[in-house]
Amino acid sequence: MAEKKRELVSGSRLVDENSLKERLIVIFTKWEVILAVLIVFEFILFSNLSPYFLDYFNLMNSTFTFMEKAIMALPMIFIIMSGDIDISIASIIALCSFSMGFASSHEIGAAGIVIIGLLAGLSAGMVNGFLVTSFKMPAIAVTLATQSIFRGISQAILEDQAYTKYPEKFAYFGQGYLGETLIPFELVLFLVLAAIMGFVLHKTQYGRKLYAIGNSKEAARFSGVKVDRARFINFTLMGLFCGISAVLLTSRIGSTRPNIALGWDMEVITLVVLGGVSITGGKGNLFGVLMAIFLLGYLKFGMGLINLSAKVMIITTGLLLIIAVLLPGFLDTVKARRKLRRQQKESGMVEV
Amino acid sequence: MSETILEVKNLTKYFPGIKALDGVHLTIRTGEVHALIGENGAGKSTLVKIMTGVYFPTAGEVLYEGNLLEFKNALDAQNAGIAAIHQEASMFSELSVTENIFMGHHITKGRTRRIDWKAMQKETQALLDELELDIDCNTLVKNLGVAQRHMVEIAKALSLNAQIVIMDEPTSALSMREVEDLYKIVRRLKDAGKAIIFISHKFDEIFEICDYFTVLRDGKYIGEGKVADTNVDEIVTMMVGRSLDQMYPKTDVAIGKTMLSVKNLAQPGYFSNVSFDLHEGEILGFFGLIGAGRSEVMRTIFGIDKRSAGTVSLDGKEVHIADPNDAMNYGIAFVPEDRQSQGVILQMSIAKNITLPQINKLSKYGIINKKREFEVTKTFGEKMEIRAAGWHVDADTLSGGNQQKVVLAKWLATQPRILILDEPTKGIDVATKAAVHEFISEMASQGLAVILISSELPEVLGMADRVIVMHEGKMTGEFSREEANSDNVIKAATGHIEEGVSL
Repeated sequence: MAEKKRELVSGSRLVDENSLKERLIVIFTKWEVILAVLIVFEFILFSNLSPYFLDYFNLMNSTFTFMEKAIMALPMIFIIMSGDIDISIASIIALCSFSMGFASSHEIGAAGIVIIGLLAGLSAGMVNGFLVTSFKMPAIAVTLATQSIFRGISQAILEDQAYTKYPEKFAYFGQGYLGETLIPFELVLFLVLAAIMGFVLHKTQYGRKLYAIGNSKEAARFSGVKVDRARFINFTLMGLFCGISAVLLTSRIGSTRPNIALGWDMEVITLVVLGGVSITGGKGNLFGVLMAIFLLGYLKFGMGLINLSAKVMIITTGLLLIIAVLLPGFLDTVKARRKLRRQQKESGMVEV
Repeated sequence: MSETILEVKNLTKYFPGIKALDGVHLTIRTGEVHALIGENGAGKSTLVKIMTGVYFPTAGEVLYEGNLLEFKNALDAQNAGIAAIHQEASMFSELSVTENIFMGHHITKGRTRRIDWKAMQKETQALLDELELDIDCNTLVKNLGVAQRHMVEIAKALSLNAQIVIMDEPTSALSMREVEDLYKIVRRLKDAGKAIIFISHKFDEIFEICDYFTVLRDGKYIGEGKVADTNVDEIVTMMVGRSLDQMYPKTDVAIGKTMLSVKNLAQPGYFSNVSFDLHEGEILGFFGLIGAGRSEVMRTIFGIDKRSAGTVSLDGKEVHIADPNDAMNYGIAFVPEDRQSQGVILQMSIAKNITLPQINKLSKYGIINKKREFEVTKTFGEKMEIRAAGWHVDADTLSGGNQQKVVLAKWLATQPRILILDEPTKGIDVATKAAVHEFISEMASQGLAVILISSELPEVLGMADRVIVMHEGKMTGEFSREEANSDNVIKAATGHIEEGVSL
């Protein structure tokens, strides 16, 4: 094109060519790495405080308490990544669990119950997705409304009753182990789903589009990205995963009450935000959320072991959240200062 | 009698990664309009921000009325009498003109410091009248036009008793008549002994209104002088460091067959009855004032907005374009007007920006082929001469001109047959502008059909084979390259339909 010679882009370097120290700083100021370090710290702390913490059997079994939420966190990453939110998910669980209980009370077998639970979740997700994309309503308003509706349906019919009769085979999903091992089926299922969702988010065109949408819906649309279709898929996926989670939870506790999973919506969103996904969208990764899940899960377990009340746990979570939200900005400032100082030392070599 | 009111000496400012200012000098005198000239990224905005207390200098000093300036924040600068009016007026749109003008320094009364609305309204109206503005002081700012907002900002500066008024590209969103009004006000301020710093990319403005100029390039002081003693070529040479003999390198291309044919396209409230043909190798200019409906026509063709009537045909066959993805598949590319919110995704890397429109094609079973992604990025990024530390850097670290090159690269990479450019050189520096013009010319000579929307008359006249003019949603003129001149085009743009011009 133009005749002038200019310095062009030099290649495919992914990081600046820095010293080892600089590179270590880059790595250890990444939020997901900080979370991983916190997990190590957590393990050292609790294994010193309680002899029961660092026990294979305990570590495996304690995952039962947080795997259902962990599974819901996976599609929530997609939703928050693309700048949406879904606060109806706990109610979707109630709806799914109610559907399964209803099916079970009509003598339907374990396989049938699971299918009905998944379908209930899928449909609820589609309703959310349809309302959000077709009527151009903000996701928070739509899911605030469906939050009441989905749980309301199960409350209206169940009132203060509960479904407690489930087939024996159905118990495997939430209580079973993989073969003869001590590894819970829930944990295995979560890890498989996390691998799939991580792959979709980081390696496929679909994941790339979610980042684009989260950063700028408008620019994504101008680039030919079918924004509403992706958002619809996200909400549908969210519903389906709520269905999976409802199967596990209902199977584990063996009953359905209208207040099942109450408050889980915020807990799941907490996992995602603590995992470093920007609440405004466009930023974050699945690994960070994975770290947040195990950090909080084992924190709860460890605190239980040393008899700290749940309230301490809630306060700790809140503090961690504040740090998670504040830290990225703080680290950017520190990095910028360091760069500036170095530059002033070398003085004047930088091209504008 | 003009005397020095502000003196910038050897000012230097570092930012992480860049030296924004490097030993800059600037002397501002009262009763003078001083043009601050430079490409984007030359350091003008940084200099303004130091003068208004937003940034602190790394080295050097600013003397204001002979005293060393030590502003701790923007409020200090305001109180001292330096006011800046920004490119895109930043105001509270839900508040009235009065509230906007007195924001932060409300007039109060009594010991309880109640807001004295009457006094504020009276003073505001007096200011507005003094500027001969036909605006009621109780109008909500959201109901004002862009030009009126600028005037209100100027009124605000006056209410603060500003001695120095800094105008950062004040005309970028104004129509010609509004620009005239602005000039009037600038002259009045000058006569009142205020010092005005006028930042602009447009040379006609500089020669029309400014007395003195200072040129910056790459953060360095290049030179200064009286506007009356210089000419465009001299200033351009100072700005870009070399002479630009050709700003509009239009090559002659044989016009081929009709590619795109639009018939009676309409969208109520925006435009109606728009019909035109676009041919192979042709550059079709669309001229008009902001709000004439040109962008809306193109958005509709590209499938972003829904049309209510009319047809779009490609190669003689009617097509239905429901969304931008369809348009892309038909070989249409659209470089939108608002680069920052529609063109690039600021927090994504250059590579990801460039490959976004065709990410499906670069994937197999949905999985992105990183190697092909890199190849496409490199090919088109290098073709557009994007300047950056690497393809992985985020678009928001680039200058406006380089961001625009990313947008062009991204659409060029889709290998379009029809290229629609909406204000492709808005707010970018002279050198990049010339590069974009060269790019347009090259595309046309390769047989692409190009639509060029521009509010800059020289650009349309310099680049287009044919010019269509729109006014308030209607086509009001169509001129061949030979016929078009500034008189008939501007007349059509202000609503006069030329006799004898076939539409």
